Amino acid sequence: MTVDTTAGALAPEPGGEASVAELLTPHARRFGGWADAPGVLGWISTIDHKRVGRRFIGTAFGFFVAGGVLAGLMRLQLSRPDSSLIGPDLYNQLFTVHGTSMMFVFAVPMMQAMAVYFVPLMVGARNIAFPRLIAYAYWVYLFGGLMLYSALVLNIGPDAGWFSYTPLAGPQYGVGKRSDFWAQLITFTEVSGLLVAVSVITTVFKLRAPGMTLNRMPLFVWALLVTSFMVVFALPSVMMVSTSLILDRLVGTHFFNPAEGGDALLWQHLFWFFGHPEVYMIFLPGLGFVSMIVPTFARRPVFGYVAIVLSLIATAFLAFGLWVHHMFATNVPELGKSFFTAASMVIAIPTATQLFCWIATLWTGRIVLRTPLLFVLGFFFILVLGGLTGIMLAAVPLDLQLHDTFFVVAHLHYVLIGGAVFPLFGAFYYWFPKVTGRMLDETLGRWNFWLFFVGFNVAFFPMHILGLQGMPRRVYTYAADTGWGPLNLVASLGAVVVVASVLVFVVNVARSCRMGVHAGANPWHASTLEWATDSPPPPGNFHPPLAVARREPLWERAGVSGFVEGLANDPPEALVTTLLDALPHHRLAFPTPTIWPLLAAIATSVLFISSIFTPWAVVWGSIPVAITLIAWFWPSRSETRKHVRLERVS
Amino acid sequence: MDEGSALSALVPAGPQAAHIHTLWLVMLAVCALVFAAILGALAIAMRRAPCGDETSEPDTSMIGNDEPAVRRAVTFGIAASAALLITLLVTSIVIERALAQLPLRDALHIRLTGHQWWWEATYDDAKAANVFTTANELHIPVGRPIVLTLEAEDVIHSFWVPNLHGKKDLVPGRTATIAFRADAAGTFRGQCAEFCGYQHANMALMVIAEPPERYERWAAAARTSAPQPLEPLAQRGQQVFLQSTCAMCHTIVGTPANGRRAPDLTHVASRLRIGAGTLHNDPVTLSAWIADPQRIKPGVHMPAHALPSADLQALVAYLGTLK
Repeated sequence: MTVDTTAGALAPEPGGEASVAELLTPHARRFGGWADAPGVLGWISTIDHKRVGRRFIGTAFGFFVAGGVLAGLMRLQLSRPDSSLIGPDLYNQLFTVHGTSMMFVFAVPMMQAMAVYFVPLMVGARNIAFPRLIAYAYWVYLFGGLMLYSALVLNIGPDAGWFSYTPLAGPQYGVGKRSDFWAQLITFTEVSGLLVAVSVITTVFKLRAPGMTLNRMPLFVWALLVTSFMVVFALPSVMMVSTSLILDRLVGTHFFNPAEGGDALLWQHLFWFFGHPEVYMIFLPGLGFVSMIVPTFARRPVFGYVAIVLSLIATAFLAFGLWVHHMFATNVPELGKSFFTAASMVIAIPTATQLFCWIATLWTGRIVLRTPLLFVLGFFFILVLGGLTGIMLAAVPLDLQLHDTFFVVAHLHYVLIGGAVFPLFGAFYYWFPKVTGRMLDETLGRWNFWLFFVGFNVAFFPMHILGLQGMPRRVYTYAADTGWGPLNLVASLGAVVVVASVLVFVVNVARSCRMGVHAGANPWHASTLEWATDSPPPPGNFHPPLAVARREPLWERAGVSGFVEGLANDPPEALVTTLLDALPHHRLAFPTPTIWPLLAAIATSVLFISSIFTPWAVVWGSIPVAITLIAWFWPSRSETRKHVRLERVS
Repeated sequence: MDEGSALSALVPAGPQAAHIHTLWLVMLAVCALVFAAILGALAIAMRRAPCGDETSEPDTSMIGNDEPAVRRAVTFGIAASAALLITLLVTSIVIERALAQLPLRDALHIRLTGHQWWWEATYDDAKAANVFTTANELHIPVGRPIVLTLEAEDVIHSFWVPNLHGKKDLVPGRTATIAFRADAAGTFRGQCAEFCGYQHANMALMVIAEPPERYERWAAAARTSAPQPLEPLAQRGQQVFLQSTCAMCHTIVGTPANGRRAPDLTHVASRLRIGAGTLHNDPVTLSAWIADPQRIKPGVHMPAHALPSADLQALVAYLGTLK
């Protein structure tokens, strides 16, 4: 194994970065162990991060649409006063499953799915680290999401809010199995989320292309690295709290029962210690998309790379210090609240820093106004507005008026849709050519953007006013004499426009998949490594893997300094590099495709779902899990032989 | 909402809400300014930068070089943001102190308990005989501070009367207090602001601020036992009340009915609304409510009563005497 750094011939000609890919691809017709078996077996056993990532993205988008349908039903119910279309029982399930769906089975998994697909490509890796774990994470996530929606369809969906406050969700007031489905969904998404986070961190730390030092990593990779660390630190808190809820409900512990020495507020502390960082787990990847899109469409490297990286890290730290601002109306000590006010305001500074860096980049750049950039401009408008209402909510006195009103509904949608979904749609338009090899249609893209932008603001801006006029959240109806009717109708009409916009997107994707313009390796003439390989990338991504010497490898002379030779394709081998400087360290043989992750995920899901009904499921259900895991890790004789042979040769 | 009743955080009727309203105005002004500045900068950037297309040669000349003018502009932006945030933080803390400094001399103490989905209010007094209980409507004297002691019987609720003050949660197993004052007479609508189950939407609380002398008249009346019915129809209604399931949950002081599971009805006829703000209080709505509360407020803990219509009429007539 050598790293050829002398390849002067590889230095791209100015503007001719596509030639790098052209030069390398003829090399790559043998994918060996990277390729999947054909047919159904290949489909269910694949561990290629691109295939898993694609279905992860598709599934998360499906749950986004499903959650959107629930929102549409709620807007239908609220569009006029005293409406009796939907009763309280169904309405409570709708908003609970909407929130749970959007937070737990759309937003975080979608961002992680984008990481599964793009992080390995951006760092020049041949696959994601622990690819079987990623396959397992996907299946577990899919089964969890299906369980949630099955419960809703069977009219036993959770109905205590996505935050499931005790005692309302506890054994005494949350009757039936509804809150158990909620708590077990959390278990599913925790397992999946933690596994993806661990894989992403490992990929970023150990599988980067030689020469890609930490300070040459694309900003999206930084954003997802920071997000993954947040996942690792925040999810244990919700894991503990949801498990305690299950125990309260299933075996009669009293963690949250004040009558038996438990504490109802304990739930809120533990939930928001996770819940607030979760908002940033959704938001930071969005910032990562923006940091990739802005330089490409301003035709210059981003201004303030280091400032942006430090801002991401600062946001992650601060995000763990704000959770009490969800609890200002409870009787936590007043002095303590002021610290959380200060922390909640300070977190605006890293975000402002990034905004200023992007504006500076655009200011000094050459603007290419395509749909991805349009979505970024929409992001600016909506996110800044949402961020400013966030500062209002950080102030204790004002929060006391605004907390749990429609003002907060407006705020959180401005932040999450503006901060994450707009950049995500920008990212769809930006990377769709990489994933499919075809461009999305630009005209439909503009329709998509403008309908979304206008519809969103019409739907959510009036909610600020409704909140100030006293409309609380989570009400299934309101009386006509409250005067809230007209603005609610406007909001519902806005929601219709948003639905139209998402339909335009779906049509655009469906059309472009079949008859979009062929994209080539690098249609935007962007700077990062994912554009150096074919669109869509072949199994194993890079044949051979590249070595980089610059932060914008495809824009700078000598950006790609050579390629890695001497790695086998069968068994699939990758180069492990050192953490800081990405110096070549050793050769790693990747695992091969197998169906055991799927079987293990099925066993795990059976355990999780049955334990809603009986604690004995944990005992008996762990046996199939153990069996499938043992089979998964059982060494294969033929593979061992291959490895040994390879070692002898080298 | 009833004629003249108010529900808005933007129309303060007391010092606490007024302080918060001041903070709102400061925040709104600063945030509008910042929004305009950032979007303005973005608009200028988009206008002044030349247009290109995908094939435009990327400008890499700044790699490895400082961009002092841009760096200064970004630094200025960050410094200005920090300065504004500190201003807002200080304003917030000043307002918070102002809220905490409401003078509480001669305060009226009320214990407010949240139930699924109604409010129980017990007016405290140094003389035990003067303590009385009512439900879903607070009468308070204008100009006198009110201290509410907040407790919850079942799940978490939140007390919120936007014209008077912000929220305070009622958490089971914990006791919280909130102090406010009404400086103008009026009827202010409050609403449970923490999701509390099926009928969270219909858990309103009316706060009626009135001149002290009128308040005293109301309180004096509220301390009395229920009047004995004089008319035969009402007398029969009382019998219906005491002999059916009503008395198992409701209290009428002066009769054997002393259930604590549901609102005190001693002076129910004097209230504006029934069903915690759900319906206007008149004989028609009242008999519909008694006959089938589940139709009006699905999930409410009051069962339907299949009373013969004569009994129902008598019962409504009796409740109508409980002024």
